[in-house]
Amino acid sequence: MIEVSGVSRVFPGRSGAVTALQGIDLRVREHESVAVIGRSGCGKSTLLRLIAGLIPATGGQVRVAGEPVTGPRPDVSLMFQRPALLPWRTVLGNVLLPVEFLGRSKAAHLDRARELLNLAGLEGFERRLPHELSGGMQQRVALCRSLICEPKVMLMDEPFSALDALTREELSAELQRIQLENTTTTVLVTHSIEEAVLLADRVVVLSARPGRVRKIVEIDVPRPRSLGERLAGYGAELRSLLVERTRGSAR
Amino acid sequence: MRNWAPPLAGTALAVAAWWLATVAFGIPPYILPAPPDVLAVFGEHGGYLLDQTWVTLAETLLGYALAVAAGVLIAVLIATFRTVEQSVYPLLIAVNAVPKVAVAPILVVWMGFGQLPKVVMVFLVCFFPIVISTATGLRSTPAELIELSRSLRAGWARSFLQVRFPHALPQIFVGLKVAISLAVIGAVIGEFVGAEAGLGYVIVQSGAAADTALAFAAMALLGAMSIALFYILAALEHLLLPWARETTA
Repeated sequence: MIEVSGVSRVFPGRSGAVTALQGIDLRVREHESVAVIGRSGCGKSTLLRLIAGLIPATGGQVRVAGEPVTGPRPDVSLMFQRPALLPWRTVLGNVLLPVEFLGRSKAAHLDRARELLNLAGLEGFERRLPHELSGGMQQRVALCRSLICEPKVMLMDEPFSALDALTREELSAELQRIQLENTTTTVLVTHSIEEAVLLADRVVVLSARPGRVRKIVEIDVPRPRSLGERLAGYGAELRSLLVERTRGSAR
Repeated sequence: MRNWAPPLAGTALAVAAWWLATVAFGIPPYILPAPPDVLAVFGEHGGYLLDQTWVTLAETLLGYALAVAAGVLIAVLIATFRTVEQSVYPLLIAVNAVPKVAVAPILVVWMGFGQLPKVVMVFLVCFFPIVISTATGLRSTPAELIELSRSLRAGWARSFLQVRFPHALPQIFVGLKVAISLAVIGAVIGEFVGAEAGLGYVIVQSGAAADTALAFAAMALLGAMSIALFYILAALEHLLLPWARETTA
């Protein structure tokens, strides 16, 4: 579904160019869920934006569904660290935003929007404004919004990192459930190892400056998962990979 | 009711102190008229004062409306085109740095004693805060919202009309409220310099005739007008932007 081949991205900076990503190769299969982890500044968000077509690669190529990415695609949805809801639109209006912007029929998507909101536990909040909702609820609205147009690919940029620990657990459990019901291909950028092992089929570990794929770890645990011993084993492996890297670069 | 009590009590106390001062120190009415003297003026010249109020109000509203229209337009251009920002912004700041009072006599030379120079004066004092607040508001769209609308393939117009402009509205209202308080001042400055009507003209005339009570009555009307305009705007904001109450309350 997603093919990232030899992709690099260089940002022009005041004190010379900064290479955020270098020689990234990554293939994400259809219906697969891949997490990208790494320390802050390793270019994981940049990778997501390259796949989303929001910024062009300075080298290599990104393909989604077999086509080279030249700009944002309607079948790729995006979710951010913050809910990014329009504060003057109701919950329902926010969920239907992609429908409107992509020029689809609103009437045809109304039932689906309600269904998604019910699924996310937001029944009865359709007419509320975002500021009347808690942060966790707002992020659920954002999740519904990113699912409304039935995207082939869902890109998530640390979607739970601004939430408190409990809400975070709740939401990742919910995301797991939604993943089981839908067949969307997901790329999740996170710095939480737990989130990565809980939600992903494979975890891509990026090293920093320049961002390179250090290792790809397969999480071979059946779903639905809970944070038990088997996941803890993978977590330890990933943690050691991240720590090792720091030692390596300190040398 | 409880909300209204403290400001009413404060006002009543201030008026009482003013009255007491005129009586206790035996201040003559041409220096400081007592509250009943001012009230008497309203009874005597009520119709005349109302006519002058309309003159000033019309100048204020006309100049303000023009400033809003031009200010928002310029701000949109500034927030959209970097070259406009670089070429127009310094000029705006320079123009704003000139005290508006200094321009007033020249406006009379150019445009005479009619309504026009007052409208231009109001425009000049209101324009700048509206431009600044609107441009700031338009530039402060959160990055995620820009990325969201880009990822949904929204063009410039859609992104502007449905995301950036509505998002800037609370900030725009800040400028609109600053400007409306300045608008009345602008009109009065215009009338001070050369006029045949308006509350500012009444104040100048009553000063010459040592009719201080009349000047006070005109000042009271100016204050009331300014407050009313401000609260109309605040009510409009409350009505139009219920979602922004949380952030700008």
